[in-house]
Amino acid sequence: MTDITVVDSSRFLQSILDAADRGWRIVSYFGIPAQTVVQLICVLANKAEGQLAVTRTETRDDHFPSISSLCTQAQLFEREIAEQCGLVFDDHPWFKPVRFHHSFVPERDAWNRPADEPIRAGVMNYFQVAGDEVHEVAVGPVHAGIIEPGHFRFQCHGEEVFHLEISLGYQHRGIESDLIGGPHKRTLQVMETAAGDTTIGHGQAYCMVMEALGGIKVPPRAEVLRGIALELERLANHTGDLGAIAGDVGYLPTSSFCGRLRGEFLNMTAVLCGSRFGRGFLTPGGTIFDLTHGHCDDLRKRLTEARRDLTNAVELLWNTPSVMGRLEGTGQLTHELGLELGLVGPAARACGIKRDVRQDYPFGIFRMTHLPVATSFHGDVCARTMIRWQEAQKSMDFIEEQLRQLPGGGHRVETLPCAGRHLAVALTEGWRGEICHVAVTDEAGQFDRYKIVDPSFHNWQGLAMALRGQQISDFPLCNKSFNLSYCGFDL
Amino acid sequence: MTDIIIHCAVALLFPPLLLGVIGKTKAAFAGRVGAPYFQPYYDLIKLFRKGSVFSETTTWVFRAGPVVTLSATLIAVLLIPLGRHAAPLSFSGDLILFAYLFGLSRFFTTLAALDTGSSFEGMGAAREATFSCLAEPTLFFALITLARMSKSLTLSTILTHPTLATWLAAGSSMLLLSGALFIILLAENCRIPFDDPNTHLELTMIHEVMVLDHSGPALGIILYGAALKLFVLGAIFVNVALPVATGDPLTDWAIFIVAMLALAMAIGIVESVMARLRLVRIPQLLIGATILSAFAMLLVLR
Repeated sequence: MTDITVVDSSRFLQSILDAADRGWRIVSYFGIPAQTVVQLICVLANKAEGQLAVTRTETRDDHFPSISSLCTQAQLFEREIAEQCGLVFDDHPWFKPVRFHHSFVPERDAWNRPADEPIRAGVMNYFQVAGDEVHEVAVGPVHAGIIEPGHFRFQCHGEEVFHLEISLGYQHRGIESDLIGGPHKRTLQVMETAAGDTTIGHGQAYCMVMEALGGIKVPPRAEVLRGIALELERLANHTGDLGAIAGDVGYLPTSSFCGRLRGEFLNMTAVLCGSRFGRGFLTPGGTIFDLTHGHCDDLRKRLTEARRDLTNAVELLWNTPSVMGRLEGTGQLTHELGLELGLVGPAARACGIKRDVRQDYPFGIFRMTHLPVATSFHGDVCARTMIRWQEAQKSMDFIEEQLRQLPGGGHRVETLPCAGRHLAVALTEGWRGEICHVAVTDEAGQFDRYKIVDPSFHNWQGLAMALRGQQISDFPLCNKSFNLSYCGFDL
Repeated sequence: MTDIIIHCAVALLFPPLLLGVIGKTKAAFAGRVGAPYFQPYYDLIKLFRKGSVFSETTTWVFRAGPVVTLSATLIAVLLIPLGRHAAPLSFSGDLILFAYLFGLSRFFTTLAALDTGSSFEGMGAAREATFSCLAEPTLFFALITLARMSKSLTLSTILTHPTLATWLAAGSSMLLLSGALFIILLAENCRIPFDDPNTHLELTMIHEVMVLDHSGPALGIILYGAALKLFVLGAIFVNVALPVATGDPLTDWAIFIVAMLALAMAIGIVESVMARLRLVRIPQLLIGATILSAFAMLLVLR
């Protein structure tokens, strides 16, 4: 941490802008809240050289210049810092709270809200369009289906959407503020539920941070087991999404079969650790459970069967013209927009952006085995669906290969206490995309700050932009093709 | 007299079974067991035993909606002949009444939807009004064509007129008519590819979104009315597409029932093998149906 020099704010911002111009991307940008001196840290990534860069600054002021109008990817990060640290970003184009909670530091609030009054999520001004035949449609936070709460405001002209504004924060649990002073005994369990469907993704990122701070190396067998668990999680969710997309267009066969097959992949995860969602499998230093020979054979058999059924169910989609007619050209995002917004995961790859942590910043087993990255270039719902199927196939190949050549040895080593005055960054590729965890420790090795960036944090704006000029009736389909996390965003 | 009693009994008791058969067919295609055939009846019984919740912003229009809709459909069911038996109620020109009974029921459904003041229901009402404007001409063209063939303006005569001989003589226009009527049957009853009766996504719904605020017995009335409407339009389709008459009244009733069940299966199959259309494509298909029935009329007038 001490190696990272503190630069003054103008140089700090200029270096971010210069880097963004040269194709770097903001992976994480956060503040360390304090009563007087707020530290700002920005982690940038450059895929071409496989590099990460960290820069930091300090400010004693209540105000800080915004760079959002020059660098779009920064806009939500700046709003988040404002909310958490009580820093006002001057000239931010859309300066509003993100999750509707009080700032981490009492008495500092960017919007001067009284500290003793509860803040109600979603109560704020929304962007409005005026004119003939323009109407506003508000959806949520209570939805007709069983999904997470989120509020969507559409500005429509007849059936056409002019603008969509998404307001979240209903699931805010205060994960990041609770982590200050950690790690606690429950921290791993909290991480596993940061986004409930990405247990392994977030869990592994946390384990990597702890291993980096403790300076320990994970045995090869554990790396492989973690890789298998991560890909099983990807398979289960991608299968579920393929089914849900089919269900949204009213195509029953794929919808029902994928619904069942998702359960098959979840059951395979249960073979690994007894939990269908991978809870309690990971631990800093390795994995809690090992895989016996019998389990290995069982998994391979199940995988072969699931693969056959999944292939049949998904091929139906591509062979049904009415389905393709519905998916193609819906919710299109351009390559340029994807880059500007800093999209990650399948949504980015569907716009032709070759961005995958498993390849760009390989971690764990992916340092040994390279998974090919599937991309498409249309950026529509069809591309996002196709990417999911291609990734699912690659994941199944990967698991089959790894199960055949499981390395011997132990699956767990003892952990060491965290080093003090350190900054650790962990990147993993969850099924939604890049997950970034950053930990900053104090002298005693406790967290001064622990920052989680879920892929949904980057991608929600992508969904809002994909809806521009589309039919409002296509929103559920677009939404499903992104399938972003509400609680991963709200933390 | 026996026929009238059977007519009323079949019309009142049979329609929900069609929904059950559609559901079972779809389940079979999806590899599931599916709900029992009689599930729609259980649902109706359940709903009629429940209480109702009414929003404070609604007026009597909201409460009248389901009742008017069901009454209009019940009268319509008395106007059409079932299974080659004359309808209990018929007079010259009743086809106009028939068409506008549907108009009336739709008018009240949309009005009830607008009465809630919800933006979803308003959207659903706008969609319903647009699409029904496009669906109405098809029904009229079809009825006029059949009226011209049978040289009558009474539904009982018009719909019992087509026989196998008619199919042999004017096969092309009968084929066009059957196609158009089947499309209208799917569109008017909110089936896939026009609407998805099972969706929970309020932004994509057409008909379902208009009845979101109804609950309990009112919702039961709406569901029953929808089943009845499917039955009425299905009966018209069966009369045109399957003009079999044996002369024996009971055999004819049996044939009619079997034909209706087969039609329900056909709808289930259509719903299983294709996805919903994008909303902007629906008018194109409806206009296509209008053109089919217009051609059928041209061929008859020639």
